[in-house]
Amino acid sequence: MNKLIELFKNKERDILNIYFTAGYPKLDSTGHILKRLDQNKVDIIEIGMPYSDPLADGPTIQASGAKALENGMHLDLLFQQIDSIRPSLKHASLILMGYYNQVLQFGPQKFFRQCKAVGIDGLILPDLPLHEYESEYKDLFDELDLGISFLITPQTPDTRIKKIDKLSKGFIYMVSSASITGAQKEVNDIQLDYYKRINALELNNPRLIGFGISDNKSFKTACQYAQGAIIGSAFIRALSDAQNLELGIDNFVKNIRVSDLEAKSI
Amino acid sequence: MVKNKTIRIDKHGFYGKFGGAYIPEMLFGNVEELRLCYNEVINTSEFQMKFRSLLKDYVGRPSPLYFAERLSEKYKTQIYLKREDLNHTGAHKINNTIGQILMAKHLGKTRIIAETGAGQHGVATATVCALQGLECIVFMGEIDIKRQAPNVARMKMLGAEVRPATSGSKTLKDATNEAIRDWINNPSDTHYIIGSVVGPHPYPDMVAQFQSVISEEMKWQLQEQVGRDYPDYIIACVGGGSNAAGAYYHYLNEPTVKLVAVEAAGLGVETGESAATSVLGTEGIIHGSKTLLMQTKDGQIIEPYSLSAGLDYPGIGPMHAHLIQSGRASTYSVTDNEALAAALELTRLEGIIPALESAHAFASLKKQNFRDSDVIVVNLSGRGDKDLDTYTKFLNKHE
Ligand SMILES: Cc1ncc(COP(=O)(O)O)c(C=O)c1O
Repeated sequence: MNKLIELFKNKERDILNIYFTAGYPKLDSTGHILKRLDQNKVDIIEIGMPYSDPLADGPTIQASGAKALENGMHLDLLFQQIDSIRPSLKHASLILMGYYNQVLQFGPQKFFRQCKAVGIDGLILPDLPLHEYESEYKDLFDELDLGISFLITPQTPDTRIKKIDKLSKGFIYMVSSASITGAQKEVNDIQLDYYKRINALELNNPRLIGFGISDNKSFKTACQYAQGAIIGSAFIRALSDAQNLELGIDNFVKNIRVSDLEAKSI
Repeated sequence: MVKNKTIRIDKHGFYGKFGGAYIPEMLFGNVEELRLCYNEVINTSEFQMKFRSLLKDYVGRPSPLYFAERLSEKYKTQIYLKREDLNHTGAHKINNTIGQILMAKHLGKTRIIAETGAGQHGVATATVCALQGLECIVFMGEIDIKRQAPNVARMKMLGAEVRPATSGSKTLKDATNEAIRDWINNPSDTHYIIGSVVGPHPYPDMVAQFQSVISEEMKWQLQEQVGRDYPDYIIACVGGGSNAAGAYYHYLNEPTVKLVAVEAAGLGVETGESAATSVLGTEGIIHGSKTLLMQTKDGQIIEPYSLSAGLDYPGIGPMHAHLIQSGRASTYSVTDNEALAAALELTRLEGIIPALESAHAFASLKKQNFRDSDVIVVNLSGRGDKDLDTYTKFLNKHE
């Protein structure tokens, strides 16, 4: 069974998904970050394939991608890095996130098979159209037992959400509010209405809330309305600030997960 | 009109294999809303009446088709200039912004964003926003802000905010990225007036339709002046390809009319400092559509180069990718220096200072073999006021 599906079967709440950009801050950071996040029992690790023109990403992830490319990151190397570290990861499911053009240039068939071969459990390709996935790749994903997560936003109509639910496998990526990544916003009533509306739809796939989740408070709030949440830009900033990569990661994850009581005293 | 190889867009927004809408979900609402509105509105008589009347009384259309006698003599053929440079604001760009501002009004949008390279599209957008009293924000690469300073000043006078794009090559591609990101962040009150036949469906088709007034006029102007409603050649420069799309539009399915697309070679196609997409590009996705673009084998977009800000773009509209790959259009690449020399030549022979972008189209005349009797239309997409600084430097070096 797909590891993501297994995960959501065994754990129904407080799922923590952390995003980082492969090859940042250093070319060989990928393995170290994966290992440390796994040791910290992060449930899902989303590996970003750095891209020159990431349309859905804000300044933090843009900058990390630019640095990673400057460091020399490319897809063949990334697959090698994942392949060599994957067997030593005990806990985490792995997701690969990137832009469809990267997949197209690599060759979609080869790309998805390679994902499977190195132990990737699911994909997020925000600019892959639903109908193109359905007509071109769905059969292959089924054959390979690869997960795929499509995005929904507060503007996505219910009928489209149902379709997205039908095609997603693993979880649905619930964008908290219309924005690019990294926007820091307080949770407002519109968002809460949206979260409630989605819960009322009784979808087949679990949901993770992403965009603007940056700390213990926003993580906890998101977990009240979905099975868990995704943190990206805030983690990249923590990596940038860390004197010591490993300790920086330990601290970051610990702070996200502290109980409410402890959080108050921080 | 049932013909083999008819050039037309399909229901998913594809010309052949190029086009479509490769956008993140955060853009879906905006783009879908526009697609539905566009299909519903564009052919209504109410919309067409407003559009046509603004083109006539505000833009000053029809733009003349002018027989360039001395230039024709020089190239031993019959050259006509389609004078888009005489439009209000000085380029073809306003044909599109008039159409799109009416669309934005229809959608009830109150905030307008745009990207610009040469600043002509930015000025044309700021102009229609002033005309309609809408807020206007124009994204422009930091490098372009420097090299097209007069247009930055015009935009500001028109009340627009010019936001520098500081990522990547700091030119048109990056300004477009920033505009798209802004649109993602503003999903309800904002319309994005894209400046060329690029972007996700329905943009390439919509912009081409608004620009198609160029070839619509050419038909009757040629009929009047030459006695037949078609030329042998239509030559246009291609950045994203909107002026070319407009000049080709009503001749797309008339194979006797040769369509010529002229791209910016920058320092030279082989130098690594170029924007000649049809030569250097491969199939991929940029700004939401599948087309030809300059990219690495890993799909990273390559930063282009051209002295001309309006042609300094690593992609090309999907319609042009299709026209070129299917052999319907032929292409030439023109270097910075060839374009500068052509601008000077047109100025001295005809008393017309062209935009540096348009000068690329003229520089291709040297590279082609025409017959005496051939009727050539060069689309003179804009005037050169904005490029005087660049031209002066060139003159000082050469005279
Ligand atoms: C005068 C002029 N011509 C041509 C272009 C290139 O754009 P397109 O290829 O969309 O016509 C520009 C763009 O800024 C321009 O200002």
